[in-house]
Amino acid sequence: MLCERCHERPATVHVTKIINGVQTAYHLCEVCAKEQGDVFPNPFLMGSPFDFNKLLSGLLNMESSSGFTPVTTQAQQRCGTCGMTYNQFTQIGRFGCPDCYDAFSARLEPLLRRIQNGLRHTGKVPGSAGERQQLARRLEQLRRELQQAVAQEQFERAAQLRDEIRKLEQGAQ
Amino acid sequence: MSLADFVKRTVSKWMRETGPEDDIVLTSRVRLARNLKGFPFPTLATDAHANEVMELVRQAAQNDAMKRLGKFEFIRCRDLSPLDRQMFVEKHLISPDLAQQEKHGAIVLRDDEVVSIMVNEEDHLRIQCILPGLRLQEAWNVASQVDDALEQTLTYAYHDQYGYLTACPTNVGTGIRASVMMHLPGLALTGGIQRLLTAVSQVGLAVRGIYGEGSESFGNLYQVSNQITLGESEEEIIANLMSVVQQIMEQERNARKLLMERNRIQLEDRVSRSFGILAYARKMDSRETLERLSDVRLGIDLGIIQGVSAGILKELMVLTQPACLQKFYNRELSPNERDVRRAQLIRDRLRMNDTEVHG
Repeated sequence: MLCERCHERPATVHVTKIINGVQTAYHLCEVCAKEQGDVFPNPFLMGSPFDFNKLLSGLLNMESSSGFTPVTTQAQQRCGTCGMTYNQFTQIGRFGCPDCYDAFSARLEPLLRRIQNGLRHTGKVPGSAGERQQLARRLEQLRRELQQAVAQEQFERAAQLRDEIRKLEQGAQ
Repeated sequence: MSLADFVKRTVSKWMRETGPEDDIVLTSRVRLARNLKGFPFPTLATDAHANEVMELVRQAAQNDAMKRLGKFEFIRCRDLSPLDRQMFVEKHLISPDLAQQEKHGAIVLRDDEVVSIMVNEEDHLRIQCILPGLRLQEAWNVASQVDDALEQTLTYAYHDQYGYLTACPTNVGTGIRASVMMHLPGLALTGGIQRLLTAVSQVGLAVRGIYGEGSESFGNLYQVSNQITLGESEEEIIANLMSVVQQIMEQERNARKLLMERNRIQLEDRVSRSFGILAYARKMDSRETLERLSDVRLGIDLGIIQGVSAGILKELMVLTQPACLQKFYNRELSPNERDVRRAQLIRDRLRMNDTEVHG
């Protein structure tokens, strides 16, 4: 097998990372692996105590590393509110302000997919975000439970859920 | 101050009281990360921003909704001595990071110390509820009520899609971190612990030592918590954690039963030796203290050691920490002196009647 990066030397360094069950493998030659040394951050060598943020910023750096995906221009993107660049975010693993989420959403979503369970919040909603949204969330939750009940052939429970959903939907209109 | 008075004054509700399943689950904790709309996160905050956030939280902590939930006190970190801040860390009321935030940090503390709110840590607010035993649902309910009450006067940074926005995307969405502190000596002695911990981390939960991220595990104490905060509701997150905790408890109970059936005399010897050492040693470091206390607690749970309260583990694991010791002896102690004083405190405490301390 040839090195994925230089396509010249044989790949002798094989790195497999598993994040939330998603497996990614890299095959590099020794020279490229050394050059990309910072790409495979060993959390235990990055200064103890082991810090999740450091691991996270390691992940982010890997993503923006030119060796794999040439995205250096995007790394210069700035949040219009606080002025933080995506590069800075990858260094410290924390955003500067709430608006960073929208400013960097395109880059953020692949990351969220890996470290979280989806891209949509399904939990508690602040009172100020309105009752409508709270209701929508509740309905979504009930529909999920209904699907589950049907799948598990719990028809009595499913009927109850269906009635509850109808009642909420009528109340909303 | 007498030791009895010191214990009375220092122990929080979670250390003093018992709770469901507390032969294995010492505490249940829920913390919610929240940020205020219109302010940069603490990482980028200027002095002016940080002060404004503190002032808004100070006012919110006194609003009518909060008054209905108990007696809260707002304390700025700079008004506490480094020793007092460290003591809050040892009592699990604040994080080591907040203790460092002398300039921008503050704490809102309920008088029973069940609820503590960290201000200007990684996020503007970290609302924490800690209860003895396995009471995750209740801890979430309490934290959520405090969250609602604060929201009467604060506006949170909230995104229709991403939920509650946090400085680190590992907390975004619900902002919830639910965790239980478990005492697992049976699994450690029977060698099942590593396999179990690996299995737990594969189902999206994290296992840490007792002082959180990066801390080592001593005395067979482990904190199990959720990792995922986005894409699952708080109830789902808690139900998921609960089901794993139930399974760990079952395995721990089986391991203890097995030890009693097959290795009873070795087990009795081990816990009794540890009890003897705690009761008579003249020098004890923190690590050995936790290990011996773990043995003694196991001995109490299995009926091998009698006449000592099961709460001794929770109580002494906090009171023998460096800041608590120095507070009790009322002066700075070198590590060597601490080991001597620690041994003394343990000896004295073991000779005290529980009614002297807890009335």
